[in-house]
Amino acid sequence: MRVLLIEDDTETASFLIKALKESGHNAEWAADGISGLDLAREGAFDVLLVDRMLPELDGLSVIHTLRKEGNQTPVLVLSALGEVDDRVKGLKAGGDDYLTKPYAYAELLARVEALSRRTIPGEQATRLVVGDLVLDRLSHAVTRAGEPINLQPREYRLLEYLMKHAGQVVTRTMLLENVWDYHFDPQTNVIDVHVSRLRSKIDKAFDKPLIHTVRGAGYVVRESNG
Amino acid sequence: MKVTDNPSRATLSTTVFGLSALAVAAFLVVTAVLFALAIWHTNRVFVGDVLDALNAEAEALLATSQQGDADTLQRAVARLSSKANSRLYYLASPSGTKLAGNLADLPPELANRTAGGLFTYRYDRGPQPGERTAAGLPVRLRSGGLLVVARDIEDQRSLIWWMRFLALVAFSIIALGGLGLGYMASRSVLTRVDRLTYATRNIMAGDLSGRLPFQGNGDEFDRLSQSVNDMLSRIEHLMHGLKEVSDNIAHDLKTPLNRLRHRAEATLRTAKSKEDLTAGLGQTIEAADEIIKTFNALLLIARLEAGAIEKTKTPVCLASVLSDAAELYEPVAEEAGLHLSTTEMAALTVNANRQLIGQAVINLLDNAIKYGRKTAPGCDSPSSADSVLGEITISLNRRHGNAEIAIADNGPGISASDRTRAMERFVRLDKSRSLPGTGLGLSLVAAVARLHGGELRLEDNAPGLKAVLSLPL
Repeated sequence: MRVLLIEDDTETASFLIKALKESGHNAEWAADGISGLDLAREGAFDVLLVDRMLPELDGLSVIHTLRKEGNQTPVLVLSALGEVDDRVKGLKAGGDDYLTKPYAYAELLARVEALSRRTIPGEQATRLVVGDLVLDRLSHAVTRAGEPINLQPREYRLLEYLMKHAGQVVTRTMLLENVWDYHFDPQTNVIDVHVSRLRSKIDKAFDKPLIHTVRGAGYVVRESNG
Repeated sequence: MKVTDNPSRATLSTTVFGLSALAVAAFLVVTAVLFALAIWHTNRVFVGDVLDALNAEAEALLATSQQGDADTLQRAVARLSSKANSRLYYLASPSGTKLAGNLADLPPELANRTAGGLFTYRYDRGPQPGERTAAGLPVRLRSGGLLVVARDIEDQRSLIWWMRFLALVAFSIIALGGLGLGYMASRSVLTRVDRLTYATRNIMAGDLSGRLPFQGNGDEFDRLSQSVNDMLSRIEHLMHGLKEVSDNIAHDLKTPLNRLRHRAEATLRTAKSKEDLTAGLGQTIEAADEIIKTFNALLLIARLEAGAIEKTKTPVCLASVLSDAAELYEPVAEEAGLHLSTTEMAALTVNANRQLIGQAVINLLDNAIKYGRKTAPGCDSPSSADSVLGEITISLNRRHGNAEIAIADNGPGISASDRTRAMERFVRLDKSRSLPGTGLGLSLVAAVARLHGGELRLEDNAPGLKAVLSLPL
């Protein structure tokens, strides 16, 4: 995946570029808004990582300009401003996701990978399938190996989100934001409890678990453990 | 802002001085015009009166001369001339020789005139000889001679001259006095403004306890000082609050920062294998995450107390916020051996920030789950027993025009004396020291409540704690 990072702090940038390359992505870096905009215009990026405060041209203007020009590359906004209405402003300008500094690299990586999938058809699929687990988005029916599984509405949405990003790490914060629409971290690990409940319904009666915990990052739904 | 350093130049360039100079100039112009008109008119009327009188006298003299012989007129003129007063006469024969009169010569100004006019003559009697002014009327006699009847009007002329002089003096006094007064007034205004400027500069330089000077007579400057001082008090109060917060932040972030440093140092010192290093670094990152959480909570509280969320408020259905939160926490409560339920749910909508209300409710639920067990919380291990260790109830009621969200548990509760303290920043009552948390939860809830014009109350649930988040409808 080709990622463009527009970030003025050299140290942050070199850390992220290195880490993204280690994760198997092709990452490029622009240190200010103007050169970032120029690089982004040349296209061929799967995801843009845009810092909000940039020299020359601020991050939101970069995104706004790209969107006006018809560029629909998914954007993850990185910002030290993370309060109440900042996120709304970031998303209104055309950002697809918003991550507040300081963040864990695992969180950033998970979100970048989740964003890149948005451009791939499958988002609109009516049936999500992982191994023998099938989720029908029209009838809201879930079956595993042909056996119906009875889920609460919220459990259904949790599973739907995990399966939509099958094979990708999904963090607790992403689940809180996308399944519960809470944009803050509760003190207790509420998400873990919900996932473990879901797990007991999906995996308990079967040999091969599908929901896996990724230490220090979150969860992933996939067929094999490897 | 530039203030002129030369005091007199500064005074001259003030508004007050400019206005008074303008007023003086306008007054002078108007009075000068009026005065000139008055003098001109007086002069005209006076000379006219004198000429009328001369006319009457000349006619009387001519009438006398017609009754007598040719010498009668000459005698009468000689007689009148001998009296020492302001009347002047000159009688000449047709050949131009002076026959009688107290004027030495025929005034050249009147020689060829038929109407009356002004002339000057030499006066050499009395103590002050010199040129004097007179008004005269030349009368051609039938015999061919010339009679001039005149009046000395030098005294009246000098009176008018005096009036003019006095007016000039008066005008000068008014002009100088007006400008002087204006200068003094602007000087005093400038002195006070300078004092205000000096005081504000000192305050800007950092002395926030400074105040603007006060004269105590309640004039416009005092009123200005008063309102600026009120503003300064408010700023000082805010700065004080800010200082308090930063002190707290410094104090309460330094402890976990120190802990983080110790962990990193210990790992570096004792780690013998790659696994030890990994575990140590993992712990270090966890410590960093805790600091970030504390920091975020602090920032949020600070932002809330600055009160800048008015634009983000929308109508929020409280029952749905509560049922969402209950749904999120119900499994967590169950794991902790507690039973979470919602009871009364009034259909109430308030104008609020949904995320903040949600966060406040979740903080209260977090606390209820942490401290809501009947038995004293000994360790973090979830209860393995099936028996319920406590009840947590969420309710929403309307009371006194407020929407009241109550989250009640039947744990040990908080003693009445500790309840206010529990809502302060970083206060962690002794019992809670062993549990994870930033110590900012309740103060965040209280800040959210205040921001929405409501309040957070901690009440006795007998037994347990009942936290009431009251929001105006």
